[in-house]
Amino acid sequence: MSSKPNLDHATFAAIKGRFPEKRFRATEFRGDSTLIIEPADVLTVMSFLRDDERLRYSFLSDVAGVDYLNYPAKMPGRFAVVYMLESQSRDDRFFVKVFLEPTLPTDGTIEDPALWVDSVTGLWPGAEWMEREVFDMFGIRFRNHPDLRRILLWEAYPAHPLRKDYPLRGRGERETYRVVDRTTA
Amino acid sequence: MGLEAALPAEGFLTTQLRRVINWSRRNSLWPMPFATACCGIELMATASSRYDLARFGAEVMRFSPRQSDLLIVAGRIAIKTMPVLQRIYQQMTEPKWVISMGACASTGGVFDTYAVVQGCDQFIPVDVYVPGCPPRPEQLIEGVMMIQRYIDQEGMPPMDGGKRVGLGLAVAPTHAVRPQPVGLQY
Ligand code: SF4
Repeated sequence: MSSKPNLDHATFAAIKGRFPEKRFRATEFRGDSTLIIEPADVLTVMSFLRDDERLRYSFLSDVAGVDYLNYPAKMPGRFAVVYMLESQSRDDRFFVKVFLEPTLPTDGTIEDPALWVDSVTGLWPGAEWMEREVFDMFGIRFRNHPDLRRILLWEAYPAHPLRKDYPLRGRGERETYRVVDRTTA
Repeated sequence: MGLEAALPAEGFLTTQLRRVINWSRRNSLWPMPFATACCGIELMATASSRYDLARFGAEVMRFSPRQSDLLIVAGRIAIKTMPVLQRIYQQMTEPKWVISMGACASTGGVFDTYAVVQGCDQFIPVDVYVPGCPPRPEQLIEGVMMIQRYIDQEGMPPMDGGKRVGLGLAVAPTHAVRPQPVGLQY
């Protein structure tokens, strides 16, 4: 990114006014403004963004996971969860990002206490499946989620496949399936 | 199919029962469309009026495997879909045939990822491979006709020591085939 981020999105000022004691990071790229918050602040910041009269981010259009393994720039954590917010009354978009740093090996499906974020399903019920997808693909778990199961892969899948240390072609999952020939049919 | 012309003036003809059965089976291949991706669109085009699969007696798309004897695998198969495909295959009535339509069903195509089966023939027997992405309807019809010709000659799917195997025929591609790039690192 050559140009300096342009941090004049009105939501930044509103956040600063509401949480004067907290320090946030912020960035902007091609008109999309992103606020970077700590995992512990998710619920307070998000409910403020949804309910404040001036902001009214009524719609959570997506929740996505990112794995920054081997990313060229230095990042505050290896994983990120990105919330894409939309205010339908003001026709405005805003992004919120949470960084997480794993403390356990990431090649399997072991539950890492550092990879937990508060679920926002209480604020936007539509977050349910999107958070399940982030959990399925990245192994990031959501606290107080009503039904945190895998959504695309089956329960016994041995990895979270969108993690960058998982090989693109898998570890043989697609080859080791039972074969049906015409004797069994 | 020329039968009327073969009828002599007296109004009867003699033939082998096997040949009559083969003739009727070959002209009533009822497909089970297992269309999971874009190839399914071309499968629909094959069945509709311009290409008219009905000319080959194969227009009755049966959405119940128990009423069909030709499984057309049209599209990529994820490992999560594999049990469904195998179950459908097992529910079909013998003699049954399988067409693997398109690059994805036959090889995985460009979807060389952890989730996509690299060729459904690894897990079920495949009789005819139809190449292309997607294959043109003419090519799919050629695939159906290959099975028809085989039924005409042999009648039943081939056996290998009591175990039936896929025919493994391939329709010739209509385009120049170049080798895939190899040695890419992922
Ligand atoms: S072979 Fe091509 S057209 Fe057919 S399913 Fe694959 S990508 Fe789609």
